[in-house]
Amino acid sequence: MGIQVIQDKCTGCTLCVKTCPFGAVTVVKKKAVIDLHKCTLCGACVDACKFKAILLEKETVQKSSVDISGYKGVWVFAEQKKGKVQSVSYELIGKARELADKLDTYVGAILLGHSVEDQAQELIWSGADTVYLVDAPQLANFQDEPYTTVLVELIRKYKPEIVLTGATFIGRSLVSRVAVTINTGLTADCTGLDIDKEKKLLLQTRPAFGGNIMATIVTPNHRPQMSTVRHKVMPLPISDKHKKGKVIKEVFSLDQLNSRSKLLDVVEEVENLVNLAEADIIVSGGRGLGGPENFKLLEELAQVLGGAVGSSRAAVDAGWIPYSHQVGQTGRTVAPKIYFACGISGQIQHLVGMQSSKIIVAINKDPDAPIFKVATYGIAGDLFEIIPSLTKEFKKILKV
Amino acid sequence: MNIIVCIKQVPETTEVRINPETNTLIREGVKSIINPFDLYALEEGVRLKEKFGGKVTVVTMGPPQAESSLREAVSLGADEGVLVSDRAFAGSDTWATSYTLSCAIRKIGQESGGFDVILCGKQASDGDTAQVGPGISTFLKIPQVTYVKKIEEIKEKSARVERMTEEGYDIIQVPLPVLFTVVKEINEPRLPSLKGMMRAKSAKLITWSGKDIQADPNGIGLNGSPTKVVKIFTPPPRTGGQMLRGETPDIVGKLVSELRSEVH
Ligand SMILES: Cc1cc2nc3c(=O)[nH]c(=O)nc-3n(C[C@H](O)[C@H](O)[C@H](O)COP(=O)(O)OP(=O)(O)OC[C@H]3O[C@@H](n4cnc5c(N)ncnc54)[C@H](O)[C@@H]3O)c2cc1C
Ligand SMILES: Nc1ncnc2c1ncn2[C@@H]1O[C@H](COP(=O)(O)O)[C@@H](O)[C@H]1O
Repeated sequence: MGIQVIQDKCTGCTLCVKTCPFGAVTVVKKKAVIDLHKCTLCGACVDACKFKAILLEKETVQKSSVDISGYKGVWVFAEQKKGKVQSVSYELIGKARELADKLDTYVGAILLGHSVEDQAQELIWSGADTVYLVDAPQLANFQDEPYTTVLVELIRKYKPEIVLTGATFIGRSLVSRVAVTINTGLTADCTGLDIDKEKKLLLQTRPAFGGNIMATIVTPNHRPQMSTVRHKVMPLPISDKHKKGKVIKEVFSLDQLNSRSKLLDVVEEVENLVNLAEADIIVSGGRGLGGPENFKLLEELAQVLGGAVGSSRAAVDAGWIPYSHQVGQTGRTVAPKIYFACGISGQIQHLVGMQSSKIIVAINKDPDAPIFKVATYGIAGDLFEIIPSLTKEFKKILKV
Repeated sequence: MNIIVCIKQVPETTEVRINPETNTLIREGVKSIINPFDLYALEEGVRLKEKFGGKVTVVTMGPPQAESSLREAVSLGADEGVLVSDRAFAGSDTWATSYTLSCAIRKIGQESGGFDVILCGKQASDGDTAQVGPGISTFLKIPQVTYVKKIEEIKEKSARVERMTEEGYDIIQVPLPVLFTVVKEINEPRLPSLKGMMRAKSAKLITWSGKDIQADPNGIGLNGSPTKVVKIFTPPPRTGGQMLRGETPDIVGKLVSELRSEVH
């Protein structure tokens, strides 16, 4: 695979420069030079060249030729933000441990960041046997390209049979790139993982059509088998301070850590302090709140319970609360322990975003509101009366 | 500016059922729409065109009837529509879909002097994978920014955008050509205009097969898909629990004691 300019034939006419859709060709000293970083091997220049001076060998997409028996180990991408590994990654370490025990292999954690070595210990205590650590200033914050390069290189070097990643904003962007680059399958947003003992395959179960259908998916002939996994569906492992493991440090060149996109700033929105995806309790409001000021009622309850505030789309569209709080088909999918739906009618587009919550409490004036069809506890009543009273009662028993 | 928008035709509701005998989705009788997130991608593409000139090409991979979604996209401001359709694409997973779309986009680029921005929705409402956008940019070897909630500025072949995160957003500078996947917050899509609807009726759409886009037969359809679905089932539907009745203090007291073990 590759592209090359046959020096003898090139006349420096610049026809190829003009045709290249990617601006990848320049003429230096009367010869065409192709910048492989920009070139996508599209072949436009080959057709344009009147002198047959450009040679392109197209990579044939090769399939199923991997020897899958050479792949061992269950890996977890340990997502860190501001130097702290996220809870979903620990949940996955716990799951990886279980899968690795069934396969009689080891658990690896991939930790990329800057000055993050202190996080390795907890990963080991949670169940990792080996932590692969890549520490570099360029990796302090997530960036698609360097993170992809590093993960791809590590996978090529150590050949894990399974790679799990949280189905977070970062995880989904990153491993989609990685899976295509190393030519393997990726199953999104799994809620169940198990091993087919006979075939030694990872069984990946995930919801589709907003949870109305479940599908179990395998990657039979490619390795590693990769999945992103939803928050909060795997239990957190118990930390064992006697557990031993090793840390392997890997070093990458500046070139490999290069990123065409540059992160200029990280903005945290104050009202988002409790992350919806990670919250154990979510108090959501809809059009029934009647106005933006009334979200305060929900904030008070959420605060007492240590939860986050969510909303229906109607409340977002009315401009009462930012989009980042929206739950549902065109917002976030959440599955907390308790989901309070206050003044939300329960249209299907909202339900698909929250119906896998453990407990659903619905408060709605209308006793026929569809939300009651999925509610564990339904209250047909006025939220303005019930919410403040709930807040008060919880405050009492939780002593906050 | 040459803008390409990837749109997917999906069933209108997510209330699909499966045929218990054949274990396949029952699709008959369900209306098809453009994936909701893709409407935001399209609107953003049309706005970029209005600001910088150029054209918007919509591309979809799907069965022949996906043509209606392309026409709808024209009524919403797209200039050209490309349907990538071939029996051999059947059974494509996200790897094969990204590969196929990347071949089609390369061809669009070759025929119209390259492209600057590719827009995708954040995810499709039927598959919910959010993998196809990043897959396409990887095959094309171009940078990507996912979950874009605002394009702040584009100048001198470089864009500054905001990417949504769990805690807020990142501000990112990225050179063109680039692929963005967009979230709903990015804009408010317009309704079709009368002129647009007239144009949509007569718009000439292009259809390409796998051969036309020079896709490697081993990279498409079921053959080209590393993942295989082995089982499909409907989870037991969530049923309602109990209604709490009585005066507010009773209801609240009851609820608090029921939830007590879950809150700390
Ligand atoms: C393509 C598409 C995508 C969509 N995506 C989403 C999505 O991601 N998320 C989402 O939420 N929606 C989404 N929707 C919109 C969805 O269909 C509903 O319109 C929306 O969820 C309704 O919001 P709501 O329940 O807050 O408002 P309403 O349906 O107006 O319900 C308000 C409820 O509040 C009750 N109420 C009023 N006053 C009180 C009171 N004092 N006390 C108690 N109850 C009271 C009323 O009885 C009513 O049931 C989408 C729609 C489409 C077409
Ligand atoms: N068959 C398709 N044709 C065109 N675009 C698609 C197709 N499938 C996915 N996409 C694009 O990729 C995005 C993400 O889809 P998905 O990865 O399936 O969730 C969608 O919002 C579309 O923009």
